[in-house]
Amino acid sequence: MSKLRYALFTGCTAKQSTPEQYMSTMAVAKKLGIELVELVEASCCGASHLQDYDEFLSLVLNARNIAYAEKHGLTMVTICNTCQLNISMTKHKLDKDPELKAKVNEKLAEVGLEYKGTSQIIHFLYAIIDDIGLDKIREMVVRPLSQFNIAPFYGCHNIRPSELQNETHKTAESPYNPTSLDDLIIACGGESVDYEEKNKCCGFHVELQAPKTAAVLTGNAIAGAMDNNADMMVTPCPLCHLKLDTQAEHAGEAIGRELDMPVLHMQQMVGLALGCDPKELGLEHHVVDVNFV
Amino acid sequence: MSDKIETKKVKFKVFRFNADTDYLPKYEDYEMEVTSEEVMLDILNRIKFNHDGSFSYRRSCRHGICGACAMKVNGRSTLACKERMFDLIDLFGDELTIEPLSIKRAVKDLVIDKKDFWDKHNAVNPYVVADIDEEPESENIVSPEEAEQLLDADYCIQCGACHYACPVIEINEEFFGPAAFAAAYRFSADVRDSDDERLKTVNEMGQGVWDCVKCFECAEACPKDVNPIEKITKLHQMAFKEGIAENNVAVRHAVGFEKSMAKRGVLDEGGLVLYSEGLGIVKHIPVALKMFRKGKIPLPWNIPTSENMDEIQKLMKSSSTVKF
Ligand code: SF4
Ligand code: SF4
Ligand code: FES
Repeated sequence: MSKLRYALFTGCTAKQSTPEQYMSTMAVAKKLGIELVELVEASCCGASHLQDYDEFLSLVLNARNIAYAEKHGLTMVTICNTCQLNISMTKHKLDKDPELKAKVNEKLAEVGLEYKGTSQIIHFLYAIIDDIGLDKIREMVVRPLSQFNIAPFYGCHNIRPSELQNETHKTAESPYNPTSLDDLIIACGGESVDYEEKNKCCGFHVELQAPKTAAVLTGNAIAGAMDNNADMMVTPCPLCHLKLDTQAEHAGEAIGRELDMPVLHMQQMVGLALGCDPKELGLEHHVVDVNFV
Repeated sequence: MSDKIETKKVKFKVFRFNADTDYLPKYEDYEMEVTSEEVMLDILNRIKFNHDGSFSYRRSCRHGICGACAMKVNGRSTLACKERMFDLIDLFGDELTIEPLSIKRAVKDLVIDKKDFWDKHNAVNPYVVADIDEEPESENIVSPEEAEQLLDADYCIQCGACHYACPVIEINEEFFGPAAFAAAYRFSADVRDSDDERLKTVNEMGQGVWDCVKCFECAEACPKDVNPIEKITKLHQMAFKEGIAENNVAVRHAVGFEKSMAKRGVLDEGGLVLYSEGLGIVKHIPVALKMFRKGKIPLPWNIPTSENMDEIQKLMKSSSTVKF
């Protein structure tokens, strides 16, 4: 098999509030023999908030992001559910509407770029499952996570809207009964925990304007994992991670319970199982200590 | 055809409750052979006709048009008369839990009290507000292009599937919810409409669109593909276009993305919170300190900037379509 190469869209959090997510992405890619070409020219995806304000502008900027992946002739890999949503939504809209695509390209031409629609956009979780394969992961595991109950937290924007998501990857996933992250946990040797909140929302996007809603949703999710004997949670989304890890205390106050739950990024879990040095995975950057390593 | 009918054995757990007599609900178990021809409503009918005549649920049209039969199977909202049993079995396997749309609002078995749904629906003026010429000389024609602007929001059958799938409804009693927002969009996007209250109503904090967590549950739940979250996004955009967006934390949070991106291409996360919150920033200090100690907040000079920033700035100037 020739070496897998992707264009990496890091998103903003990986370079600021979740540095461990960037570190663990790099460490896991190295272990898996994946080459990541970082899109250093990329801008923020707009995170659905720029989309609320100025949709056309958000389309132009995301088309520019994709255009850079196209220039490399590579599939774009995202490492954040919300980046995945907004960039693949842009692609979806432009690919089905030639008139809109032409309007966007008129703007991009001003800076010498063009959106063609030749690059796929896929979240790293699905790139691992589709292109590396769970069997291969299973083979490569050197430190099986066999003593752990691990609660998958999927994050909305990787599973909904399902129509959009299922056009980006081969792994068929139902938002009502998702399995990809469970399968990956099992491939890493862990026990996957079933609980009601695993495909629910963490509340991240209203953190500032509706703090109570945001806190209760986060609290319910952590409590659900705790009540089903999880030793840790794992998520493919850094925004969910920020909620579950840095806001756990608030969330506990909101639902009237003490919450204590280490939360791993999907990459950190895979990295641990593949034998990466915990230092490379940035585990010391968590607010809730990851003390089992 | 008839020899092609397949059957599968399914275990049903059916929610039973009578608000007049019971303190707590219970689940009744039924095991049945289900055929590939059947929809969920057929099973409900079989339970009622063959097992327990007191079993209650709403249904009327059995053609996916009256919205009465919305309920939940394994937590997923659906229309009983439209949902094919074999699709459910493919998705969830052979154990299916049948519940009302909202357990909290159950009156009798699958029948719920939808008062909150209707109150919220009514609160957005779900009708065309227009000065009508009582003796018109010509037809009031809406062109196909103008009708398309409704983005199929007019397909809503008020079944409530999205409303009771929305996580915010369960936490914030004021929140209007996806169906009411879809209705608000449907009428505010109508060229004949001249209501200027509706858009303001759905922009109020607490009850309005700014409290939506963007989980897309409503889009998945809707049996008529109304896609309420798409309409919610449109309502946000309309607020800016019509100049009624107020200067509050939610609005600044949206606008702040543009400001931040114009400077660095990528987001300055701390700067965004500061811009959105203003003085309200103080309440974030305890968490920010914890994050800072763990290396989660870079110092100002370490915040990254996109390469080819000139392109981003040029595009932001030339492609911007809204002002705040
Ligand atoms: S996207 Fe918004 S309106 Fe729709 S279900 Fe989620 S919170 Fe409710
Ligand atoms: S938007 Fe869809 S799910 Fe919601 S009430 Fe209307 S038809 Fe039902
Ligand atoms: S019975 Fe009317 S929608 Fe199902």
